[in-house]
Amino acid sequence: MDPIAQASHAPDHNMLSVVKRQRIQDFFFHKITLSFSLLVLFALMGIIISLLINAWPALAKFGFQFIWRVEWDIVNNEFGAAIAIFGTLVSALIALLIAVPLSFGIALFLTETCPTSLRRPLGTAIELLAAVPSIIYGMFGLFIFAPLFAEYGQPALQSTLGQMPIIGSLFGGAMNGVGILAAGIVLAFMIVPFIAAVMRDVFEIVPPILRESAYGLGCTTWEVVRSIVLPYTQKGVIGGVMLGLGRALGETMAVTFVIGNSQRLSASLFSPGTTIASTLANEFGEAADFHLSTLFALGFLLFVITFIVLSAAKIMLIRAEKAKGTKT
Amino acid sequence: MDLKIYKRRQLTNRIGLTLSMSAMGLGLFVLLWILFVLLSNGLAALDWAMFTQSTPAPGSEGGGLANAIVGSLMMVLVTAFVSTPIGIFAGVYLAEYGDQSKTAELTRFVTDIMLSAPSIVLGLFVYAVLVAQVQHFSGWAGSLALSLIAVPVVVRTTENMLRLVPGSLREAAFALGAPRWKVSTFITLRAAKSGVMTGLLLALARISGETAPLLFTALNNQFFSTNMNAPMANLPVVIFQFAMSPYDNWVRLAWGGALLITLTVLILNILARVFFREKAQG
Repeated sequence: MDPIAQASHAPDHNMLSVVKRQRIQDFFFHKITLSFSLLVLFALMGIIISLLINAWPALAKFGFQFIWRVEWDIVNNEFGAAIAIFGTLVSALIALLIAVPLSFGIALFLTETCPTSLRRPLGTAIELLAAVPSIIYGMFGLFIFAPLFAEYGQPALQSTLGQMPIIGSLFGGAMNGVGILAAGIVLAFMIVPFIAAVMRDVFEIVPPILRESAYGLGCTTWEVVRSIVLPYTQKGVIGGVMLGLGRALGETMAVTFVIGNSQRLSASLFSPGTTIASTLANEFGEAADFHLSTLFALGFLLFVITFIVLSAAKIMLIRAEKAKGTKT
Repeated sequence: MDLKIYKRRQLTNRIGLTLSMSAMGLGLFVLLWILFVLLSNGLAALDWAMFTQSTPAPGSEGGGLANAIVGSLMMVLVTAFVSTPIGIFAGVYLAEYGDQSKTAELTRFVTDIMLSAPSIVLGLFVYAVLVAQVQHFSGWAGSLALSLIAVPVVVRTTENMLRLVPGSLREAAFALGAPRWKVSTFITLRAAKSGVMTGLLLALARISGETAPLLFTALNNQFFSTNMNAPMANLPVVIFQFAMSPYDNWVRLAWGGALLITLTVLILNILARVFFREKAQG
C-alpha cells in the first residue's frame, strides 16, 4: 500500500483515490478528537446545570438570602449558607496567610540559593508533598497535629495574641486542638507545594540577563528577588496564590477531620466550625428531600466560588506566560 | 555612613535568605514527619490478614482491608480504561488542531479549571446524574466520578508532551505525503509515548487517594464484593470511616490503609518521574 509506488504505475486514478481516502480519514480523525475534547466542556456544563436543577427547590425558597442566612435547622427545614461560607473563607484565608510566605521562601531557596545538585531532589520532595492524598493530611491533622496544637500551640497563642485588645477574642475559648484555626494550618501545609511549584516555575522564566545585571550593580540576593524577580513575575505569583486559594476553598477531607464540624458561628478561631465541603461530606449521606436540595445549593455555591477564583488564577498565569514571550 | 547602609543591606539579605531556608526546611520536615507517622502507625497494622480478610464489624477484633483494596483496584482500573482514550484523543486534538480554534482554547481553559475543581462537587454531580436516577450507589458511579478527575490530568499532560515533539519530525512526515491522522498517531504520539505514560501514571496517583468524590457514589460495602453495579468498598472511604470511629481496631486498620495508599501514590509519582526522565534523555 505504498502510495508513491502505486502512483508511479497508475498516476491519476490511484493517486486521486488515495488522496480522497486520506481526506475522509482525516475528516473523521478531526471530528473524533474534537468530540472527545468537547466531552470535557460538556462535563463542565453538565455539572453546572445538574447542580442548579437539584439546588432549585432550596434556591427558590430562600433566594439570595440563602447566602447570608445563619440558621441551619434540619428539623424545621430552615437553612442558610452563612456559617459554611464563613468557615470556608476564614479557613482558606488562614491557610493563605501561612502558605504564601512559606511557599515564597521555598521558591526563593530553590531558584536562588540552593546548590544546583540539590535542586532537583528538593524540588521533587516538595512535589511529593503535593501528591500526598488529602485524607492523609486529615488523619495527620486529627491524630498528631491537633493534640500537639491543643497542648502547646493554643496556650501559646492565647497568652500572646489572645491578650491583645481587638484580635484577642479570636484566640479565646476552649482549647481542644480541633477548630477553624487548626483546619487553616493543616490546609496551609496542603497548599504550600502547589503555590511553591508555580512560584518556582515563574521565577525561572526571569531572563538571566536581568538577574545578572542586578547582581552586577551590587545587589544582594534578597534585593534581586525583591526588586527584579518579584516585579517581573508578579502576575504569575498572583496566579499561583489564587490557584492555592482555589484548592483550599474546595478541599474536603483534610478539613473535615480537623474543623470540628459544628453549625455554629463563633468569634474565636479555636472553636469548631464547618466549611461547605465538610458540611457536604458529613450530611449528604443522611440527607433527604429539602435538606438534600440545600446541600446541592451549597455545592453549587462552592463550585461557582472556586470557578471564579481558578479562572482568575488561570488568566493571570496566561498573562505571565505571554510576558515571557515578549519581554525577553 | 556608607558602611552603615551596606551593613544593613547585608543583614536584610541574611535574614531573608535564612527565613527562606527555614521555609524549605519546614517543608521537608513536614514531609518526613508525615512519612514517619504513617510508617510508625501503619507498620503495626500491616500483616497478612490485612490483605486476606474483609473489614471487621464495629468493635470486633481482627479483620483486614481485602474488600477495600480489591474495590479500589477495580474502580481505579475501570477509570484508567475510560479516561485513557478520552484523555489522549482530547489531548491530540488540543495539540494538533488547537492553535487556530476558539473551541480548543476554551477546552484548554476548562480543563485547567477542572484540574483543581473541588472533587466533592464532582461527587455531587455523579450522584445527581447517576446514583439518584438508578436509585442505588455503585462502583460504576465511583469510577465515573474518578474519571472526571483523571481525564483533565491526562488531557493536559498529553497535550504538553505532544507539543514537545519537534516540528521538523511532523513536517518530515507530512512531506512524505502522510495524512494528518497518521502523523498524529504514528509519529507524534509515538514519539511522545513516555510523556503520555507519565501523564497516565500521575492521573492514577491522583485518583488513588481521592476520597471526597467516592463518598456519595461508590459509598462503601463491609463485605467482599466484585460487583461494580453495587455499593463498593474502597480504601479512602474505609480509612475515613474507620479513622473517625471510636474503635481501636478500626483506627489501627485505618493507619494501615493510609500507609498503603500513601506508598502507592508516592511510588506511582516517583515511577512517573523516573520513567519520563530516562526516556527524555535517551
